[in-house]
Amino acid sequence: MKKVLALILVLALMIPVLASAENIIKIGVFEPSSGDNGAGGKQEVLGVEYAHSLAPTITLNGVEYTIQLVNVDNQSDSSKAVTAAQELVSAGVSVVLGSYGSGASMAGGDVFASAEVPAIGLSCTNPSVTTLCDYYWRICFLDPFQGSVMANFANSLGCKKAYVLTMLGEDYGNGLGHYFSDAFKALGGEVVAETFPEGTSDFSAYINNAVNAGADCVFAPCATTYASLIIDQAAALNVSFPLLAGDTWESSVILEAAKGKNIDVYVSTFFDENDDGAAAAAFVSGFKAWLNANADKKTNNGGNDIVAAVSALGFDGYNVALAAIQAAGSADPAAIAAALPSLVYENAVTGAIAFDEIGDAVKDMAYVKKANTETGAFDFVKTQSVAGL
Amino acid sequence: MFDRILPYLLAGISVGGQYALISVGYTMVYGILRLINFAHGDIFTAAGFFMVYITASMPMTVSVPVVIALTVALGFLLERVAYKPLRSAPRMSVMISAIGASYLLQNLMWYVTGGLAKQYPVLPWLSDNVQVFTASTKVVTIVTPILTIGLVVALVMLIKHTKIGMAMRAVSHDFETSQLMGIRINSVISMTFVIGSGLAAVGSMLYFTNYSTVTPTVGAMPGLKAFVAAVFGGIGSIPGAVIGAAVIGICENLIKAAGYTAFSDAFTFALLIIVLLFRPTGLFGEKTAEKV
Repeated sequence: MKKVLALILVLALMIPVLASAENIIKIGVFEPSSGDNGAGGKQEVLGVEYAHSLAPTITLNGVEYTIQLVNVDNQSDSSKAVTAAQELVSAGVSVVLGSYGSGASMAGGDVFASAEVPAIGLSCTNPSVTTLCDYYWRICFLDPFQGSVMANFANSLGCKKAYVLTMLGEDYGNGLGHYFSDAFKALGGEVVAETFPEGTSDFSAYINNAVNAGADCVFAPCATTYASLIIDQAAALNVSFPLLAGDTWESSVILEAAKGKNIDVYVSTFFDENDDGAAAAAFVSGFKAWLNANADKKTNNGGNDIVAAVSALGFDGYNVALAAIQAAGSADPAAIAAALPSLVYENAVTGAIAFDEIGDAVKDMAYVKKANTETGAFDFVKTQSVAGL
Repeated sequence: MFDRILPYLLAGISVGGQYALISVGYTMVYGILRLINFAHGDIFTAAGFFMVYITASMPMTVSVPVVIALTVALGFLLERVAYKPLRSAPRMSVMISAIGASYLLQNLMWYVTGGLAKQYPVLPWLSDNVQVFTASTKVVTIVTPILTIGLVVALVMLIKHTKIGMAMRAVSHDFETSQLMGIRINSVISMTFVIGSGLAAVGSMLYFTNYSTVTPTVGAMPGLKAFVAAVFGGIGSIPGAVIGAAVIGICENLIKAAGYTAFSDAFTFALLIIVLLFRPTGLFGEKTAEKV
């Protein structure tokens, strides 16, 4: 009896092995669906899932392979990101997409590098993600660029003194805050910088500090959880200056927090819903239709069909990964890693993607948007290119 | 000068009031059971989530009492499940059980809510803006200290002048003798948890009206600070907990005003260490020697 049981158990163990022997290529989705950046991470995953629904298979050397997405939740946390990354590596993924949040990407990068699995960063903007890791590529712009875009924008609003507020020990915010400060000082402005500890909910003292410092604007690149508190309390204190931030704030969480309040919020981001390029327009209408047809997907998007820039990046990231697998001609991570540096992907909805020697996409365009407190949507303000800086 | 300090003071008094409502729960449970109820901060968070979900289907006037009732039920249940079976166990076991209950609640909330921040519903009137001299703030900032003092005075009255209050004092004085004298110890302990959880529910309404996002771990920081406040004021003493909370809330904001924003939390915990070193019983703690 024991022998039979043992045999059955062994056979049971073999079933997944047999199943995976069929033509499947796994792509890891390394994103937060909980924690501080959970809302944004979910929107990025939606872009990946939409792209997957359009192109679920790939043909290599005449054999058709099914693409399987392996989702893990890195909980927006650098320490949990390591475990999540290991989970992907042991699932045997060929390439990884993500993460939303530079800190999680940097933590996961070491794991991917030691397993020699290539990773494609979608919206992680801190330069160190790619400079410190040879297996990380990236399809969005970087913080030095984004920082100077917002510094120039603040300058164009007539601000002379900026109050920069970031979370203590957070890679993304500290990096972006630093680049903003440098650019703003170079433009002749003055900067007052302060940090808040993780888990802060009382921001009124910080906003009072900004008022007392005589700031004309507040630049606060931080997770959306804190952002909604900052907006709420700034509105309660009746401040007259605008709040500025980077790409994380382009989220329905911010729109919800700002709606009906007397406050100006500006963000810089990767993509605009009203982009009139052919690829972008097709993506926007297709993605909206897909969201409206799937109730749970729409819930993950924050309950509306506003297209977030991170969803567009998720869409592009999946397609870049497919193009890399195609160029490599195999699902072998090492071959994909070898194919990525010379890859050029023209059809991206966020602008053509080609990588430089560090692994960053050559992107030179940012969009500045303003939260409309009446309609609860982002209004397009202007585009900013590197050449214009 | 006053114009500059005023907004910080207002924020400090309001935060202090919210810490006070939480720390009373810590201090009462400690006074009776000699137990630090680590799950208290999570009950506070749970009250926040109850409000988010219940207002989605009920009008505000109904949801406020329902939320308080649910939170009280949760506190009662917590005591029955996690602490009562360990009544005669060593104190260390109960404490470990408290830590376990805290993480259980936190992870349960993480699971149920999907780990995403939820926007707290806007309570009418409390969320309106008002002008206090030169500073603009929400109505809740003014209401918090008044309501806190009112509730605490009522609680002290209850303890001093009612039968159940007398029983509580007796139990806290001598656990075993009061049992022998015919006090129903379990109902006294349950009552303590009911009062503590009810105050935490009220505290959470005031807190989240000011700081409107609820996440599964949001209670951890206010919970810890309220605990420090309880120790600072002398654990077991209700007026002590309130004064401790006010001191911590105001100092925190004044330190931020002085520009040491990164150190405001460090201050709270440094205060805990200093109090324990120089005055282990806190400001109003009883100085009775431990019975052997």
